[in-house]
Amino acid sequence: MAINWFKYSAPTTFYGLAGKLIPWFAIPAVILFAVGLYIGFVVAPIDAQQGEFYRIMFIHVPASILSMFLYLVMAGYAALGLVFNTRLSAMMASAIAPTGALFAFISLWTGALWGKPMWGAWWLWDARLTSELILLFLYLGFIALHASIDDPRRADRAAALLAIVGSVNVPIIYFSVKWWNTLHQGSTIKFSGTSMQIAMQHALLTMMLACWFYAIAVTLARVRSIILERERNTAWIEELPEVRS
Amino acid sequence: MNLDIWMRENPFAYIWFGSYAVAFLIFFIEIVLVVHKRKVTLQQVRMMREAADENEDEEIA
Repeated sequence: MAINWFKYSAPTTFYGLAGKLIPWFAIPAVILFAVGLYIGFVVAPIDAQQGEFYRIMFIHVPASILSMFLYLVMAGYAALGLVFNTRLSAMMASAIAPTGALFAFISLWTGALWGKPMWGAWWLWDARLTSELILLFLYLGFIALHASIDDPRRADRAAALLAIVGSVNVPIIYFSVKWWNTLHQGSTIKFSGTSMQIAMQHALLTMMLACWFYAIAVTLARVRSIILERERNTAWIEELPEVRS
Repeated sequence: MNLDIWMRENPFAYIWFGSYAVAFLIFFIEIVLVVHKRKVTLQQVRMMREAADENEDEEIA
């Protein structure tokens, strides 16, 4: 049976689908966070070089990866909205931005807490750290620019341009540890394999999935409010049971 | 007590309260804000609908 994916590209149909999907991501996120923390703090052994401090990795790495990936997803939606003038794409971009900004902030915050005992400093103007800070500013710029323009369609177009231009920063963050001589360590998990202990790998993967599920659930919840707000003058919104009650 | 000495003596407290508690507090605040936004938006849409219904009733009368 062929699935008509374009059916869900309209706010009318996506609103209901998002509502149904939220518990399917929110509940597993809670379970995965609990399991990930258990493996990370109870099962995973102490690190030979970094001691207990390496355990910050289980929140720092997923937050950093998500901050970058969410930016690309946001820029992708923004570009779709700009090229095809689709309403839902711009709404999705607006819904992703605050979550991406929070993950960028968590990445910088936990990085500082990891840096202090390892490097002896909370912050360094290192290539990886600075480019991640620029990512946070890009998210905040996207949100501020969108909020500063009254007409939502004009705001979508202006913010989309910023998101697309800013996406250049994502590969810079990723490759910064290779391109420049930085204090930040390189990737531990590579396509060729990893030297990480198995329980550490499991904890990291579980926390990564938990963060993913959380980000999807909260974005879907936020986009439902944006759809309600933007489509409030349409007939289908008036027919919704939550509006009629 | 010097923070450097404290963090090395209490690494778990440093990790938990410094990073995990902060991260989960951020997640909690985000969820509260999203739920609040939904409530406010629903309220606004309902009020608009009620105002439109009242206008229609006045026009009929």
